[in-house]
Amino acid sequence: MSEVVLKIENVSKQYRLGLVGTGTLSHDLNRWWNRLLGKEDPYLKIGSVNDRTTEGGDYVWALRDINFEVKKGEIIGVIGKNGAGKSTLLKLLSQVTGPTEGTIKAKGRVAALLEVGTGFHPELTGRENIYLNGAILGMNKPEIASKIDEIIEFSGVAKYVDTPVKRYSSGMMVRLGFAVAAHLEPEILIVDEVLAVGDSEFQKKCIEKMKDVAGKGRTIIFVSHNMIAINNLCEKAILMENGQIVSTGETNAIVDLYLHGEKDDNFSFGKIAKDAKRHQYHKNLAYFSKIEVFNQSNLKVDTLRFHEPAQFKIEVDSSVELKDVIIIAGFMNDDHERITYSASNDSFNNQIVNISQGENKFDFTINQQLLPGEYSMYFSILDKEGYPYDSINYYGNIKVENFGAKDEKYFWVRPIGLTNTNSAFKTTI
Amino acid sequence: MSLTNEVDDQQWDLTITSSKSLLSLNLEAIWRYRDLLVLFVRRDFVATYKQTILGPLWFFIQPIFTTIIFTIVFGNIAQISTDGMPKALFYLSGITLWNYFSDCVTKTSNTFVANQNIFGKVYFPRIIVPLSAIITNLLKFGVQFALFLGFYVYYFFTSDVIIPNYSILLFPIFVIIMATMSLGLGMIITSLTTKYRDLSFLVGFGIQLLMYASPVIYPVGSVPEKYQFFIALNPMSGIINNFKYGWLGSGNFDLFGLCYAVGFSVMIFVLGTLIFNKVEKSFIDTV
Repeated sequence: MSEVVLKIENVSKQYRLGLVGTGTLSHDLNRWWNRLLGKEDPYLKIGSVNDRTTEGGDYVWALRDINFEVKKGEIIGVIGKNGAGKSTLLKLLSQVTGPTEGTIKAKGRVAALLEVGTGFHPELTGRENIYLNGAILGMNKPEIASKIDEIIEFSGVAKYVDTPVKRYSSGMMVRLGFAVAAHLEPEILIVDEVLAVGDSEFQKKCIEKMKDVAGKGRTIIFVSHNMIAINNLCEKAILMENGQIVSTGETNAIVDLYLHGEKDDNFSFGKIAKDAKRHQYHKNLAYFSKIEVFNQSNLKVDTLRFHEPAQFKIEVDSSVELKDVIIIAGFMNDDHERITYSASNDSFNNQIVNISQGENKFDFTINQQLLPGEYSMYFSILDKEGYPYDSINYYGNIKVENFGAKDEKYFWVRPIGLTNTNSAFKTTI
Repeated sequence: MSLTNEVDDQQWDLTITSSKSLLSLNLEAIWRYRDLLVLFVRRDFVATYKQTILGPLWFFIQPIFTTIIFTIVFGNIAQISTDGMPKALFYLSGITLWNYFSDCVTKTSNTFVANQNIFGKVYFPRIIVPLSAIITNLLKFGVQFALFLGFYVYYFFTSDVIIPNYSILLFPIFVIIMATMSLGLGMIITSLTTKYRDLSFLVGFGIQLLMYASPVIYPVGSVPEKYQFFIALNPMSGIINNFKYGWLGSGNFDLFGLCYAVGFSVMIFVLGTLIFNKVEKSFIDTV
């Protein structure tokens, strides 16, 4: 077992929300007064979990009780949605800001690359800026001098290296910046989403360089939204959500978990708990309570054949009577991008849907021509203007399989009909 | 990468916690980043006069013009005494010293706000930045002091009122006191302005006004008794007094002023280090 070079213990970070300035003086005085009385900081307790969609609380825990260890030579990917706390974690690791609680211990030199070209001075030449930037990143002069030819070569801006960088294009600046950073040789390298810049050829070069660096027994912590890069580079990954670590493990498994969420939890059809994650504009009026998929032969399924119509049996609980609503069933791809949907008021169909108080049952049949693959679904009940009474995302996984049918290069869905099974009449188009 | 509870007996090179000792100057870290210090100085020195025609000549133009204006306004129009000294030399000596002090304070006092972009992305000992400002200004001071020396030599041979004495040897100590004092002051101001910007408004004109409460444009002997106390409160007064006494022979040796300046600079420097250390850890959250 190789040695642990980075150890993060119970690290938390609190931020104050809103405008710093108004009221800070009173908070500061209050804090100081409490400390004088020997009490705990009153604002350390009230921080809420970092969920940016809910309001409330002036303080927020951007990170809460983070614990992990990194061994020598490991490349760790950190993934998670925006606001999960990745950048805050990197800021703590790179000592840009201190933790509110907890300890971070490291062996060897830690260098952080949260941005390329930090501290470039526009009036100085490329060469001068290499020295300046290198020194800012923690290299000393002989070290830079011994690598300067390599750096210039790597950056590909050799022709302009004695020109002030204010004359550079933004791409050249980035190249030069990364070239310096790539030649850092710290024991632990922390890299934020810096590969998102530059053209694809240069990105490839960067990934290669990072692999190279890691091959020399250096430890890398890499944050990115680019799952391909993460998969490519990292052996292990950490998934973060709301300032906490959700899971750590092999990159593949973690990336899957990030993309699909917890399989058994959210991704099955059937009953939907009232406290499930919902998006409601008109609060607490109508709820999806159950959704099931049936195929043509009226069997409950989660796999459809290519071109096979799907029948969704939808149950809605409502506390009021709602007239003229729209029901939507939509499909999302692996990256949670909405690709297509079918609405009850579709021009093929144009069905008026009313919801009565209490339980409602609908049969929503759609004709799908999705390409074979896996899709997750979302369902919404909207008012006439399109504001949701209830909306459920990432609900249910549907597989479309191609049993011998020829592979067509287009896909679409359209409703065949929506039937209110409560009411006496049935229409199918 | 698992959670372990094994006994932590390993040697860590770096430990980041929520608190740290406030009085450490961390000289070792400064030494490690000495190249950065030099490069910052170089950058400031080189970049300031890039794309100017006169370039480094500006180092001379500023004090010369100030001296000319002071000579006309305070010397000739207001007829304020210069203790029998050549007016130009009298003003230039004060201006050279005061410029160093005021440049250092103004430059260091916006350390955090002006560098938040770099500080938000990379860690290095933050003290490097104000330190580099002090050194850059020291170089500038050197150049301007050479100008003063030029004038000095000229007047030394053309007039007979200039009588230097041994306290001229204290000059290096004056420079050190000024550097320490302005660094301390700058660190305090920059630390306080990360959260509350009010102070930054004060610094610009405050330093300028403070000059009038120092013997830059008048000999301290010509000041009415009731104001002497306020002038003595200004820690720069003692230094300017003693400088003029040592080089020109104007006035008397101001022992109290010197002691006060030393005491003040030590106190301010310690206080500045304390506050700076406290703020540098997490200023990026509030700046």
